[in-house]
Amino acid sequence: MSDLLKLSLDEVSAKLKGKEVSATELAQEAFAACQAAQPALNAFTAFDEEKTMAMAMAADARLARGEGGLLEGVPLAIKDLFAVEGVDTSASSNILKGFKPTYESTVTSKLWDAGAVFVAKTSMDEFAMGSSNETSNTGPVVNPWKAKDSNESLTPGGSSGGSAAAVAADLCFGATGTDTGGSIRQPASFTGTVGVKGTYGRTSRWGVVAFASSLDHPGPFAKTVKDSALLLAAMSGHDPKDSTSLPNDVPDFAAAVGQSVKGLKIGVPKEYRVDGMPAEIDDVWQKGIDWLKAAGCEIVDISLPHTKYALPAYYIVAPAEASSNLARYDGMRYGNRVEGKDLVDTYEKTRAAGFGHEVQRRIMIGTYVLSAGYYDAYYLRAQKVRTRILQDFHDAFDKVDAILTPAAPSAAFGLGTKSDDPIAMYLNDVFTVTANLAGVPAMSVPAGLDKSGLPLGLQVITRALDEETMFKVGAAIEDSAGFGFKAEKWW
Amino acid sequence: MSVTADDVRRIARLARLAEPEDRIDTLVGELNGILKWIEQLDEVDVEGVQAMTTPVAFPLPMRKDEITDGGIRDKVLANAPKSDEGFFVVPKSVE
Repeated sequence: MSDLLKLSLDEVSAKLKGKEVSATELAQEAFAACQAAQPALNAFTAFDEEKTMAMAMAADARLARGEGGLLEGVPLAIKDLFAVEGVDTSASSNILKGFKPTYESTVTSKLWDAGAVFVAKTSMDEFAMGSSNETSNTGPVVNPWKAKDSNESLTPGGSSGGSAAAVAADLCFGATGTDTGGSIRQPASFTGTVGVKGTYGRTSRWGVVAFASSLDHPGPFAKTVKDSALLLAAMSGHDPKDSTSLPNDVPDFAAAVGQSVKGLKIGVPKEYRVDGMPAEIDDVWQKGIDWLKAAGCEIVDISLPHTKYALPAYYIVAPAEASSNLARYDGMRYGNRVEGKDLVDTYEKTRAAGFGHEVQRRIMIGTYVLSAGYYDAYYLRAQKVRTRILQDFHDAFDKVDAILTPAAPSAAFGLGTKSDDPIAMYLNDVFTVTANLAGVPAMSVPAGLDKSGLPLGLQVITRALDEETMFKVGAAIEDSAGFGFKAEKWW
Repeated sequence: MSVTADDVRRIARLARLAEPEDRIDTLVGELNGILKWIEQLDEVDVEGVQAMTTPVAFPLPMRKDEITDGGIRDKVLANAPKSDEGFFVVPKSVE
C-alpha cells in the first residue's frame, strides 16, 4: 500500500484534480486495503468491485474534462443503513439479509453527484441499536486501536462502528454514519476520528433504514474537521421526499474552518461532570477549555439542569418510534419470511427469527410504552421532558455561542465487557444523547490519548442551524490538540 | 410500574414477536430493569409543558396533489420473499 490512503480527503482531492493520481488507481488501492483489513477488523458487510471501478472510471472521465465535483474520485464507505442501489443493504440484521435496494438514498445520491466513489458497506449494530457494534449480524467490528502493551480486541463504538474503523484505519477518505443517540460521535471518540451530526433535518432520512425518526441524523466520519465539513455540506440540503428535511440553504461549512474563534463564548455545563467518570476524561476536557481560552474564547460556566433525564427520555422515545418503524418487517413485501401455520404465526415467527435480542427488547419496550393506558405516563411525558431539555439549550445559547463537553464517558472498552448489562451499555451515550433530543448540531473531535494510548474526543454543540460555529470551534480544538495519532497497523 | 411474565407474553403478542417460553423470565428482568430506570422521569415537573414535536420550527411543506412516481412494479416486487404474476404472495388471512 502506498501512502496515498493516509492523506486527508482534502489533500487527495487536490491530487485528483491536479492529475497526480487517477480515481481508478485510488479506488483500486482503497478497495484492496478494505479487503485486506476485513479478516482482522470485520468492518464491512458488502463490496461491489464492478460498481466501485465503474464509478471511479466515470470520475476519471469527468476529471479529464475538467468537470470534477467537490468530491470527485474520492472513495467513501457507506454505513449499511443507507440504501445503495443494487448493493446488499441489511442494517446488519438477518431480517433484511440479502435485501438489494432498487433505489438510492438521498444522502448517497448527493455524495455520488459530488463525484464520490462507493468502496464498501460498513457494519453496524443491528438497526443502529447499540453502542459497541456487537449486535451486528456479521459479528463485532474490531477497533484498529489497541491499548499499549495489550492485545485485547476493543470495540470501535457503535452503532456506526464499521464506518469509524474504516476511516481510522485509513481504508477510505470518509464514511457515512447515522446518529440517533450518539452513534456517530461516540465511535468517532473511540477511534480518533472526527464525527458530525448537523441540525435535525439538515440531511435527508429518505432511503436510510429508519430507527427513531425524530432522532435519526445522517452525518459523516472524517480524518479532519475540514474533511467533515466538506462531507456534511455534500450530504445536506432540502429533500422533498423527507417532510422533516429543512428548507434552509446549506452554507459553505468548510469556509468556517480556520476562522478565528476569538471572542466566542464557550459554555462548560456542570452537569456533564458525572460520577465515576475517569480522571482522564476530566483532564482532556480541561485541556480543551485551556486551548480555547488561549485562542481567545471566553469560558462561561453554564447549567443544563435536565441533562440526567435525557437518557431515560431517550429510552422511551427511541424504542417507541422504533417499534412503529420496525412494524414494516413482517416478511410480506421484503426481507425474510418464516412460514407459520397462519398469518399471525408467520408474522411472529418471521420477526422472532429475523431480529436479534437487543432489537426485540427495544421493540417490546416501545410496544409497552405506547400500549393502551401507558401512552400518557411514558411517551407523552418523555416528549415533554424533551421540551425541557431543548429549553435548557435555548437558555444556555442565550449566554454562549458553543458548548464544550467530553464526547464519551470512557475510552474504547473491550469487546464483550458490557454486553450483559443493557443500562451500562446505554450510559455510553450520556454526553451525546441530549443533542439528539434537542436536534442541535454536535461533533466529536479527537483531543488526546489516555494513559493506555487510546483516543479521547471532545464534543462541540451549537445552536440549531449554526454548524459554522461548531466547525470553527472544532477546528480550533484540532489545531491546538495537534492530535495526528494513528492506530499502529496490526491488521 | 413493573411487568409480569403474563405482561411480557401480551407485549410480545402485540409486537408480533414469537418469544419462546424460556426467554420470558429473562425479558421480565430486563424490561423491569429498564422501566425502573426510566421512572426517574417522574421527578421532572412537566406541568403546562408542551410535548416536543420538532427542534426547528418551520411550516410543514405542501405540494401539489399529483403523481410524482410509479410504474415500477417490478422494482417494488424485486425483494419480495414470494411473488407471482406481478403480485405479492401472502398467507391466507380470511377463512
